Amino acid sequence: MDINLPTLGGQTLAMIVFVWFCMKYIWPPILNAIEERQQQIEEGLAAADKSQEKLVEAQSRADEIVNEARQQATGILDQAHARANEIVADGKDAGVKERERQLSAAKAEIEQEANKAREELRGQVSAIAISSAEKILNREIDGKAHDDILGKLAQEL
Amino acid sequence: MAAEGGHGGSDTASYIGHHLQNLQVCKAETGDWVWNECAGNIWALNVDSMFWSVLLGLIFVFLFRKAAKKSSTSKPTKWQAFVEIVVEIVDGSVKDTFHGKSSLIAPLALTIFVWVFLMNLMDLVPVDWIPLGAAAVGIPYMKVVPTTDVNVTFGMSIAVFVLILFYTIKNKGITGFIGELTLHPIAPSFKGPAILAAPIIIAFNFILESVALLAKPLSLSLRLFGNMFAGELIFILIALVGWFQLPLHFGWAVFHVLIVTLQAFIFMMLTIVYLSLASESH
Repeated sequence: MDINLPTLGGQTLAMIVFVWFCMKYIWPPILNAIEERQQQIEEGLAAADKSQEKLVEAQSRADEIVNEARQQATGILDQAHARANEIVADGKDAGVKERERQLSAAKAEIEQEANKAREELRGQVSAIAISSAEKILNREIDGKAHDDILGKLAQEL
Repeated sequence: MAAEGGHGGSDTASYIGHHLQNLQVCKAETGDWVWNECAGNIWALNVDSMFWSVLLGLIFVFLFRKAAKKSSTSKPTKWQAFVEIVVEIVDGSVKDTFHGKSSLIAPLALTIFVWVFLMNLMDLVPVDWIPLGAAAVGIPYMKVVPTTDVNVTFGMSIAVFVLILFYTIKNKGITGFIGELTLHPIAPSFKGPAILAAPIIIAFNFILESVALLAKPLSLSLRLFGNMFAGELIFILIALVGWFQLPLHFGWAVFHVLIVTLQAFIFMMLTIVYLSLASESH
């Protein structure tokens, strides 16, 4: 292990050159890349957190919308049921009314017919009565003398 | 093994000596450039140490530059991910220890860590492969682990030492630096008769603090050198035991992976600590 100056100085010189090169061309780009990546990772994690929050928010918003829609649907269904019931009830009412109307119309017709028949019958009865009375009176009294009385009678009948 | 070690005697000694000999070039007294006849010459150059050290440094620079150039935020390659792990470990260590602002400390720590790690890692290449390969092409010596060369570890710790001085003076000023060397650990008094004792106290402090200051680069480099040299020596010794070296080698290599990483980390960590001490005022 003899000391010799050229080797010693050469090694020092080589070291200076290598350190200079490292300082200039190796260290900065590598450290920059590391630091840049650290920042990117940090930002990425923050973004992930944020999007997670947004997702939760969107989920709750979606739930809200679905609930609202469900409520609306229930409302619409209820309304539809009510309307249907109404329509059925209306139909029933109309049916009853129609039935009553037709019934009363039939009744009125029947009555009318009955009245007509009665009137006819009455006319026929009075004619028969008058003719029979005429026959009786023809035999006993002059029909013409009592015509007014008989006419009045026929009218009263 | 060729008996070149100059230790003479047994094959074992020459084998070990051969493995511990650097490939050296120097200017002889005759004025010619000579190879491997440079014992004691302070102007010799350890060609193998420098070659492997620079080659491994270039590998580090090339591989990490590759990741840096293609570094992408959203779609990192596997290699980039690995580089980023290393960078994050280093960056974390720097941020834990060094509280000032400096664009130099972190890249310095990364370079030291990876480079020293790669140099240490050469220890795991079986001890004969590269030297035998080199011998086959006519190179007599080849020491492949640069951190087992004390010049290499000193070269790095001297750079760290200069940075320690620079940061101390930059953050505390010249007076602060001198004060740090002379006014601790015993604060001299400048009032009354005690002023007579002040020069002695200052001298005492100066001796103590200079030793402490110089011990930093010395311990930094010798720790790394000592660990790697001892590890290498044990690999060489294991290589001497014949077929039984296989399990032994495996066991020591597994253990050595730990040392390789740990020593690289310690070198980096102590550099950060020294520099943070230099820039903190207390």
